[in-house]
Amino acid sequence: MSKQTYATGVTPPQGVWWKPAHKSEKVWFTIAFVWCMVLFAMMPLWHLRGGQNPTGIRAKVEPRDYLVRVQQFVADYGTGESENGIPVVEPPPGADVYLLAAQYQWTPVLRLQEGAEYTLHLSSLDVNHGFNLYPFNVNFQVVPGYDYGLRVTPTEAGDYRIVCNEFCGVGHHLMVGKVLVMPAEDGASASADQTDGAPVVPGADR
Amino acid sequence: MSQATASTGAMGTAAALFRKCPTTGLKVHKDADALIKANAVAATVALLIGGIAATLVLLTRWQTVHLLSDELFYRWLTVHGMNMLIFFIIFFEMAVLYFASAVLLNCRVPTPKLGWVAFALMVVGALMVEWTMFTGRADVLFTSYVPLRAHPAFYLGVILFAVGAIVVTAIFFATLVVAKREETYTGSVPLVTFGGITAAIIAAITLGHGAAIYIPTFFWSLDMMNVDPQVYRLVWWGLGHSSQQINVAAMVAIWYLLGAFTVGAVVVNEKISRTAFVLYIAFISMASAHHLLVDPGFGPSWKIVNTSYFMYMAVLASMLHGFTVPAGVEMGMRLRGYTQGIFGWLRRAPWNDPGFSALVFSVVVFGFVGGITGVTFGTEQINIVAHNTLRIPGHFHATVVSGTAMAFMGVTYYVIPLIFRKKVAFYPLAKIQPYLFAGGMLLFSLTMTFAGTFGVPRRHYDITFAGAPFTLEYSPAVNVMLALMAIGGLIAIVGGGIYILVTVWSVFFGQPLGDDMSEAALAGSVPPGVYKRPFTELPEEEVELEEHGALGMMPGTMILVLIFFVAFVVYYFANWKLLSAMWQIG
Ligand code: HEM
Ligand SMILES: [Cu+2]
Repeated sequence: MSKQTYATGVTPPQGVWWKPAHKSEKVWFTIAFVWCMVLFAMMPLWHLRGGQNPTGIRAKVEPRDYLVRVQQFVADYGTGESENGIPVVEPPPGADVYLLAAQYQWTPVLRLQEGAEYTLHLSSLDVNHGFNLYPFNVNFQVVPGYDYGLRVTPTEAGDYRIVCNEFCGVGHHLMVGKVLVMPAEDGASASADQTDGAPVVPGADR
Repeated sequence: MSQATASTGAMGTAAALFRKCPTTGLKVHKDADALIKANAVAATVALLIGGIAATLVLLTRWQTVHLLSDELFYRWLTVHGMNMLIFFIIFFEMAVLYFASAVLLNCRVPTPKLGWVAFALMVVGALMVEWTMFTGRADVLFTSYVPLRAHPAFYLGVILFAVGAIVVTAIFFATLVVAKREETYTGSVPLVTFGGITAAIIAAITLGHGAAIYIPTFFWSLDMMNVDPQVYRLVWWGLGHSSQQINVAAMVAIWYLLGAFTVGAVVVNEKISRTAFVLYIAFISMASAHHLLVDPGFGPSWKIVNTSYFMYMAVLASMLHGFTVPAGVEMGMRLRGYTQGIFGWLRRAPWNDPGFSALVFSVVVFGFVGGITGVTFGTEQINIVAHNTLRIPGHFHATVVSGTAMAFMGVTYYVIPLIFRKKVAFYPLAKIQPYLFAGGMLLFSLTMTFAGTFGVPRRHYDITFAGAPFTLEYSPAVNVMLALMAIGGLIAIVGGGIYILVTVWSVFFGQPLGDDMSEAALAGSVPPGVYKRPFTELPEEEVELEEHGALGMMPGTMILVLIFFVAFVVYYFANWKLLSAMWQIG
């Protein structure tokens, strides 16, 4: 194979062009192929070992029904306070949390505990929206008609924002919500911290 | 045995491409020429509109300038996306299809009338879309996610445009059949045509998805049926992303074409390059998935299998082309005597040929920036830290703009003399155009991607959130990034403006080429490949190239791809690290 003639890509190759590759091509092919397998393996591996997966509990839901759930959620765990007219809700660790996206507001404002696990439900009343958690950079698509239930554990206390990052109409950029994560009190929720992903169910009535 | 025929093949094509007089019985080419011209002109008009929109949108996202009002921002963003991604790119691809069939195979267009019907359909469709956008009847961005609602004429316009494109694809295949039957070429179709075939097959699949989504959506807009928002996203991206694969296939075909025209690049191994094209076709319909990785409608196994195009076989294909294209350039240069050291061929390459510099930038920025970010962000879990942030437009301005659009621009400098038979107007400007366009776009996409790592959303009017119920402030680094992004974008816009000026001026007011195709007559007014014809200078006898130890016969390329590989690995795992710092989510 060391001697051969060459043609360019604009000339029709003559005869049989199915010929053995050059050595360097084989080397690169092998590197690329092995790398592709690594790329592929990383995803299932992260499902087994990693802490961030977009799996969630996925179900269809009529926007109207979802609204009812959100209202029930606010009634159950609402603190009675509101911020900028948006009700504040403080669900117990382990609870199902219902967040509603609608042109152009996130409802309600959430107060969560550091280190506790929640099932955060996302859905929309009207068009597509996007869930973006500031200052972390965590993003999920919010699709009307679908309930995306993500098991989340806030790992750090702080004052978070939810920015809408899917274009939802001309007021899109006004759509900012709020999540307050309160520091874990020593004791009770420290144990929640240790449960390694298994849901803690103190107040999981809903 | 085969070299004798191979070289006649080369000469035959050369004669067809560089024919002296288009009137001497070459009537058959006139239809192809005219159709190529019409589609190229339409593409340029779309590029101009898209470029104006780019300027306005860019100057609004540069938060310090914040030019437009909210409503106009989203409107011009819709205009930008539609004109650039759909009209500019697809009109240009129609020209590429005619070129790769009729011109390269030396054949007539079997049904020129139908070609014009298709062109008319596309123009009418595009005009309908423009009308709805500019009159505020389609402020839905180019993805038009249901249930955002546009005027029915918007969807109908897209349908007409797509039907026109399907017809051109059919004409392309008909031309191949006619060329085979009339024996206008011997042997197999050239690799560039093979790439065109790949693009056309993908186009057929893609446009099928397009029909499957826009026709129901059109009826939905008339309140005659329902469209599920998640199903819409699935099928729409079957169109939206697969069409990016058309772009990639067309771009890679042009890489081989530009390599041949500018430095006489050879095809190192037809088998490898063609197999890589076939891989594109085989795994293409899966492309929709990486837009849906953090969507509620799909489970992890579906996401993993599909986002990886079944174990990254399309990525493998791109990595192969990313090797064989520079390797072909290197070998072509070495065969013609540029054998000094490892990189002598690269140093002595025609860097002032806009076709060549465009080729290099297209390969490098597409691979290093677009490819690496694309595979990384398209990883199921890493998408959590990338979806809908500025990292995404940062990624695709490195692929479809610095890659595809740059390649299209580079080949235009050859199309002007070879098809339009004009000198390239303002040739000195044309020579620096790829540097401005690609350099600007490189700065633009890097800084945009970087701003995105802070979570800055894409498609967003105001990241100071003035008037929102709660406010937030991004790291000061974001402001710096957005300012640099604007500077890079403006440089690229200047590059794009030069491109439009040069092409429009050459085509409408340019000096005809004349009959003298010698260097003396043409130097300084067309790219050197036009008169030097390096692809006709290849040795006809069998040759043996020097082996450079473990690096083989193309040591420079081997080193370049290894650097690429290291960058890829580092960026990929850095993103896993970034992800692992987020809240626990499952
Ligand atoms: C001339 C240089 C260009 C500049 C400065 C530019 C600039 C921009 C900017 C600032 C955005 C908005 C990003 C956001 O807010 O999400 C954008 C979006 C976009 N650009 Fe470009 N662009 C250029 C060329 C192109 C070209 C040639 C294409 C296609 C071939 C293209 C395709 C797109 C698409 C598809 C979007 C997304 C629109 C959307 O999110 O709805 N751009 N561009
Ligand atoms: Cu929104």
